[in-house]
Amino acid sequence: MTDAKVLPRFLAAGDCALTVEFGNEISEEINAQVMALKKALTDGKTGGITEAVPTYRSLLVYYDPLQISYAALVRRIKKSLRYTDASSSGKKRIFEIPVCYGGKYGADLSDVATHTGLSEAAVISRHSAPEYRIYMLGFLPGFAYLGGMDESLATPRLDTPREKIPAGAVAIGGRQTGIYPVASPGGWRLIGTTPIAPYDPERTPSILYNAGDYIRFRPIDEAEFSDIRDRLAQNTYQYLVSEEVDV
Amino acid sequence: MNKPGIRIQFPGLLTTIQDDGRIGYQEFGISASGAMDLRAMRLANILVRNNKDEAVLEMTLMGAVMTFTGSNTIAITGADQGAIIDGIKVPLYTAVAVHAGDTLIFGSAATGCRTYLAFAGGLVVSEILGSKSTNLKCGIGGLQGRQLKEGDELEFVNPVDEAPDPKRNLRDTPLSRYPDSNSQRILRIIPGPQAEYVTEKGMDTFLSSVYTVTPRSDRMGCNFDGPVIETRDKTDIISDGIPFGAVQIPSGGKPIVMMADRQTTGGYAKIGTVISVDLPILAQCKPGDTVRFRQISMNKAQRLHRKEQKQYAAIERKFTPLK
Repeated sequence: MTDAKVLPRFLAAGDCALTVEFGNEISEEINAQVMALKKALTDGKTGGITEAVPTYRSLLVYYDPLQISYAALVRRIKKSLRYTDASSSGKKRIFEIPVCYGGKYGADLSDVATHTGLSEAAVISRHSAPEYRIYMLGFLPGFAYLGGMDESLATPRLDTPREKIPAGAVAIGGRQTGIYPVASPGGWRLIGTTPIAPYDPERTPSILYNAGDYIRFRPIDEAEFSDIRDRLAQNTYQYLVSEEVDV
Repeated sequence: MNKPGIRIQFPGLLTTIQDDGRIGYQEFGISASGAMDLRAMRLANILVRNNKDEAVLEMTLMGAVMTFTGSNTIAITGADQGAIIDGIKVPLYTAVAVHAGDTLIFGSAATGCRTYLAFAGGLVVSEILGSKSTNLKCGIGGLQGRQLKEGDELEFVNPVDEAPDPKRNLRDTPLSRYPDSNSQRILRIIPGPQAEYVTEKGMDTFLSSVYTVTPRSDRMGCNFDGPVIETRDKTDIISDGIPFGAVQIPSGGKPIVMMADRQTTGGYAKIGTVISVDLPILAQCKPGDTVRFRQISMNKAQRLHRKEQKQYAAIERKFTPLK
């Protein structure tokens, strides 16, 4: 590896926003560069930046042209890129998401098993094995676009989307998997339900995780599902987050 | 006895509470929301000497009917929905005194689409995620995260019972004037971030044709009908962030301009962005209105933006009471 850095593309997104694009593919390396720049711009004292929205391969930087011009912002970001190192992002946060798979909690688990030629138990074990990277949040409040699903689990979306997928549903759509944070129409296959809420406007923080964090699914049974629900209602549930030093 | 405030007799088509939007939560997938016409919202607030980003009522196409349960100073801006109290027309862009028992009646917008109503001292609305704006999709902000309905009551925070100086108005100023015919309605855009997805011919079509606002337009986006914009290939991109005013080109080749309630991220190419000083013009378009798009440089657009922000500050100073 060389230390030479390829500069991202700076793309105008109107007079109050700027897109910084690091590539045109979905990869952990590119996404890590996006997160590193976001951290550098929002942790530091870059005057005039109002918010920054990280996605797979670019960062949308909202700013106030009264405080900083387009040209000055581009210079500021270039300078900041010289001092950011995406390869050592420091701590890696992993959120544990308990999931009750199958049955009334995951009505399409048997369809996924049939389609993939795996047993239901194998689907569950392969789905709960990886650490999934949260590449970005979007579409719905707290909806995480996850990377890292075992390709053998890929199952096409439903031909006719459901009118309402309940909040907490864990689903597979094509080669992606995700958690529905709020009830929404959708065509993904429901394989399970988590009792915890990735999004709760009354909680601080309202969204459990950030883009750049990781999640791991842990299979639970029906008894534990109701137990966690009860503890959440009594405010005694402890979210499980582990931190590893990324190497 | 009711606390001083307003009681909604009739909500109108779509009346919501909006401020300058929920800033800082788009990275979590929560839309910004906020007033569609930020200029009209700010001028309404400045007229009643509020912080310019205080929450106001945004009324769409046909406004509300409300009764005051206390006296206060109000200002109406944006579209003219023919507001009357006691049969007498209430002037727009003017600080106006209202009294307990008054009924304020809005009708249909003769021109424009959205009317803003500010109350001196603001309304009692709790902030959620840093904003009072209603986000209909998430069901948060404003009054229980929904549009207003008959019987709703909203309290004043610090009503100002005064007889405002008639000079405290912004009638017929550059900031309160909107193009009143289709031929004058021009939206200037800065190309990018994905302008390369359309051909040169497609960009020419976009910048030289007349586009009509369709009925499928709302607070999320403004859909246009008109000549198809030629693209190089499919316009699917790897999803990225969407700014206010982004011109999306979906597979059909007809533009959609993304507005206040837009989703935070999306997977269609965005070939340009309507500049911030022209967004109020679009916010006041209703189905059937036509627009033309023109290109402008970043420098000019930012100059116009800064000029407008300075104008707000100048008017605020002008309206500050003498001590």
